[in-house]
Amino acid sequence: MVITGSRKGIGRHLAETYAKRGFIVEGCSRGDAGWEAENYTHHNVDVADEHQVRSMIANVSKRHGRIDVVLNNAAIATMNHVLLTPAKTANRMFEVNVTGTMLVCRDAAKVMKRRKYGRIVNFTTIVAPIALAGEAIYAASKSAVVTLTRILAFELGQWNITCNSFGATPIMTDMIKGVPQDKIDAVVNNLAIKRLGTLEDCANVCDFFINPASDNITGQVIYLGGVT
Amino acid sequence: MIDRKTALDVVVHCLKETLAQSDGPAPAEITEETVIVGKDAVVDSAGVVSLIVDIEQRLEMEHDVLVTLANDKAMSQKNSPFRTAGVLADHICATIKEGQAA
Repeated sequence: MVITGSRKGIGRHLAETYAKRGFIVEGCSRGDAGWEAENYTHHNVDVADEHQVRSMIANVSKRHGRIDVVLNNAAIATMNHVLLTPAKTANRMFEVNVTGTMLVCRDAAKVMKRRKYGRIVNFTTIVAPIALAGEAIYAASKSAVVTLTRILAFELGQWNITCNSFGATPIMTDMIKGVPQDKIDAVVNNLAIKRLGTLEDCANVCDFFINPASDNITGQVIYLGGVT
Repeated sequence: MIDRKTALDVVVHCLKETLAQSDGPAPAEITEETVIVGKDAVVDSAGVVSLIVDIEQRLEMEHDVLVTLANDKAMSQKNSPFRTAGVLADHICATIKEGQAA
């Protein structure tokens, strides 16, 4: 199992959870993990760097002979009104969130193709379907991830590789620590289930998508909190 | 570094495997002139994708060579570097050489 963005937050929780359950987990982030666990190996990789992704996937493939699951969690987000968003910020968000996700999917799927088996989960966010003001570029990049995932489902389905998306509601991690509390409350109050998401909610959805029995579940998006 | 003969052997091996998995008729023989892309191609577009990936994976697993054949340069060339088995073997060698020179 490859998990991107595993240094902290959702990625770290999923890496620790699945490693504890016996998965061989290969995680990555731009720096060191800062934590260790049995069954866990960390790679220093910027997912937007094609060569670094290629090298990481080749390393995993060489050591294990296979990749069964990819959880594309790595992403960057900044909260900015679009009128105050520099092009460099927007470009970087698309590089990491969209191209980075694509590169990991591409190179991992080439390995999955060998065994005609794979489970890919690409992470998105509820801010896209709810059109949250302040998140235009982040939401646009995650909408791109959803479309990428839907089409990958068709392109990779012939090799029994499923591709699905998971969209989290606000979860108390570093990613939202800069967001004003009143904005978080406003989002939560408009959910069907009026609470913050939890790290366990993320694992719950991933469990369903990556289950070998979910071989006919592909091209789908599951959002927490009742968002559609 | 692999030589051209090895590169061609990999192409031929993977092309035979791709053809074996397809429904279409397979040519009696695979040679350097066997067309992969374009008029009289022996595989369809899905087969080309599968072939390119299989070649990359075989080079990686059996020859410890990491190469991306569908790179920017390849995809922007006027004449496809995948058009025949022989041309593809040349492309493999050139791409590996460029990767080692970079």
